Amino acid sequence: MAILVDKNTRLLVQGITGKAGAFHAKACMEYGTNVVAGVTPARGGEKFENKVPVFDTVDEARRETGCNATMIFVPAEFAADSILEAVDAGIELVVCITEGIPVIDMMRVKAAMVGKSNRLIGPNCPGIITPGQCKIGIMPGYIHKPGNIGVISRSGTLTYEAVWQLTMRGYGQSTCIGIGGDPINGTSHLDALKYFNDDPDTEAVILIGEIGGSAEEEAAAWAKEHCKKPLAAFIAGTTAPPGRRMGHAGAIVSGGKGTASGKIEALKSAGIAVADTPASMAETLIALLGK
Amino acid sequence: MNIHEYQAKELLEKFGVAVPRGSSAATAEEAERIARSLGTNNLVVKAQIHAGGRGKGTFKSGLKGGVQLCKTASQARDYAKQMLGQTLVTHQTGPEGKTVHKVLIAESVEIKRELYFAILIDRAISAPLIVASTEGGVEIETVAEKSPEKIIREPIDPALGLQPYQTRKLAKRLGFASGEMRAACKLFTALYKLFIACDCSMVEVNPLVVTAGGDVLALDAKFNFDDNALFRHPEILSLRDVAEEDPREVEASKHNLNYIGLDGNIACLVNGAGLAMATMDIVKHYGGEPANFLDVGGGATEQQVTEAFKILIADPKVKAILVNIFGGIMKCDVIAQGIINAVRFLEKNEERMVPLVVRLEGTNVKLGRKMLSESGLQIIAAENFSDAAEKVVKIIEA
Repeated sequence: MAILVDKNTRLLVQGITGKAGAFHAKACMEYGTNVVAGVTPARGGEKFENKVPVFDTVDEARRETGCNATMIFVPAEFAADSILEAVDAGIELVVCITEGIPVIDMMRVKAAMVGKSNRLIGPNCPGIITPGQCKIGIMPGYIHKPGNIGVISRSGTLTYEAVWQLTMRGYGQSTCIGIGGDPINGTSHLDALKYFNDDPDTEAVILIGEIGGSAEEEAAAWAKEHCKKPLAAFIAGTTAPPGRRMGHAGAIVSGGKGTASGKIEALKSAGIAVADTPASMAETLIALLGK
Repeated sequence: MNIHEYQAKELLEKFGVAVPRGSSAATAEEAERIARSLGTNNLVVKAQIHAGGRGKGTFKSGLKGGVQLCKTASQARDYAKQMLGQTLVTHQTGPEGKTVHKVLIAESVEIKRELYFAILIDRAISAPLIVASTEGGVEIETVAEKSPEKIIREPIDPALGLQPYQTRKLAKRLGFASGEMRAACKLFTALYKLFIACDCSMVEVNPLVVTAGGDVLALDAKFNFDDNALFRHPEILSLRDVAEEDPREVEASKHNLNYIGLDGNIACLVNGAGLAMATMDIVKHYGGEPANFLDVGGGATEQQVTEAFKILIADPKVKAILVNIFGGIMKCDVIAQGIINAVRFLEKNEERMVPLVVRLEGTNVKLGRKMLSESGLQIIAAENFSDAAEKVVKIIEA
């Protein structure tokens, strides 16, 4: 089962002939992901790795291959247009890896997606993986292990850290989803948590957040009422100075809002176990499983 | 990215937002000329630095106040002379202060009423939001705390933009008299146009004033621009003043390193923004003080790692360095080679070196660790994430 992606996922890669797009498309194929098409405008008719057909448009790729998910590696200037192109073509799952998309562009994309059934993950994210079945993104595949823990995170390397801690202790993952570090993104902590709550293969969830915005607080408030599964969390940025953007465009404490302490308090008051340090994310969750 | 007040004023004027008359000067003579051309007895001379609290600041030369009112052009000239080239210390500059390179000479208007008006991108609704209040001239956080009912919020449809009826509604709620409404609405519309056209993440007009003569003016404005959008705004990028930024951060940005200086003594070198923040947090958790945030990114080269070490070590407060790498795309052996090269480079150039704790995990970790241990360099290997933090804090305490 898992969520959103599995062995039946038919993946399109937008920007497949670019440096990053080609590198990661290949890595996903090596992991076992079924990459069925690529899109690079004006490169239609080529074959990627002598195997995957390249098309000029997403519309054509969709009609020719029946792809149902896409991974976007298009440069930031053009990425918003690529998301809209995938949405228009009816691609069910749109995963945008691209970092650095102007926030006003994402605001317009988000407005255009209201009422549509497509699911956007990212941008500025590592992607999504269901271990042993399907990898869509830039995460190192080998650190994962099939299992029953769901992982949600705004940060790439912190996700790897949590996954590795789980795998080393013998706990596999149902699906790991990187929702991205931008202020406006397609899938929130809450959206991802709802999927995991409904997934029979997911027994427990690690939720990793960071300073900025209020997405973690919203997930905590919902979880308190509706989530029946064990939840552990970690919030990065306790030591971040206010008003400074900490690497991610969305990681900023502004006007006293979006602090780590505020988020930790909200999570704790919802009954969620919060790890003291980033080194104890897996341990914090595992301690709950025995109960 | 931040800009100076005079640059903000020019940007507002360009988009038709009403501001007090005036202009910037780099010399006392220029200041006098501008003051004379304004043809008024109500003048203000303002020192141009990015930090706030200028009015209450003090120059190292002794002059009190970075904002001075005066009556004549020759007085404006005298104040400009006393400010230019001098160092102004405010509660935001730190004790070292900031050197004043320009002054703004403007007409000092008679204020009848002060308001607050800001536009920002609200993450919760993924749309622009206007935040306004009749309580101007004070920080909006203070208003939010003391009298939250005095804050007006007006969300804007991203597709439609700010509509005329919204500007009228806002003007009325902000207490503008019927005779002032047209000017207020015009200002709101122009400001929104600027906000979108320049890819701002926030524009804050504080105070927005109604003058004794019934004019509606943006007296001071603070801009935040979306860094991700600067590629399409060379005109905004050209307003950047690197003299106002932390020199360590300026140097780091030249090498595409994401660095933010802090006050502690444990330097951190990490891949990934989330892990970099979490590394600072764990250092603090074990009783240490991080000296910086540094994300070398997912695809750092040996050269970048070397440059990163140089920046870390150039900070005299730094007493130890913690390297925390989770190799995904970035392979541990590449990072190890970068560390070895950097340390050898520093040794060769007789730069100082401090204790170095390294935690490597992920792709090619065995090879990376082997390279470090066989390098003959003084590197303290950590078993895991928490071990790394504990070890580096112990070194500082010893």
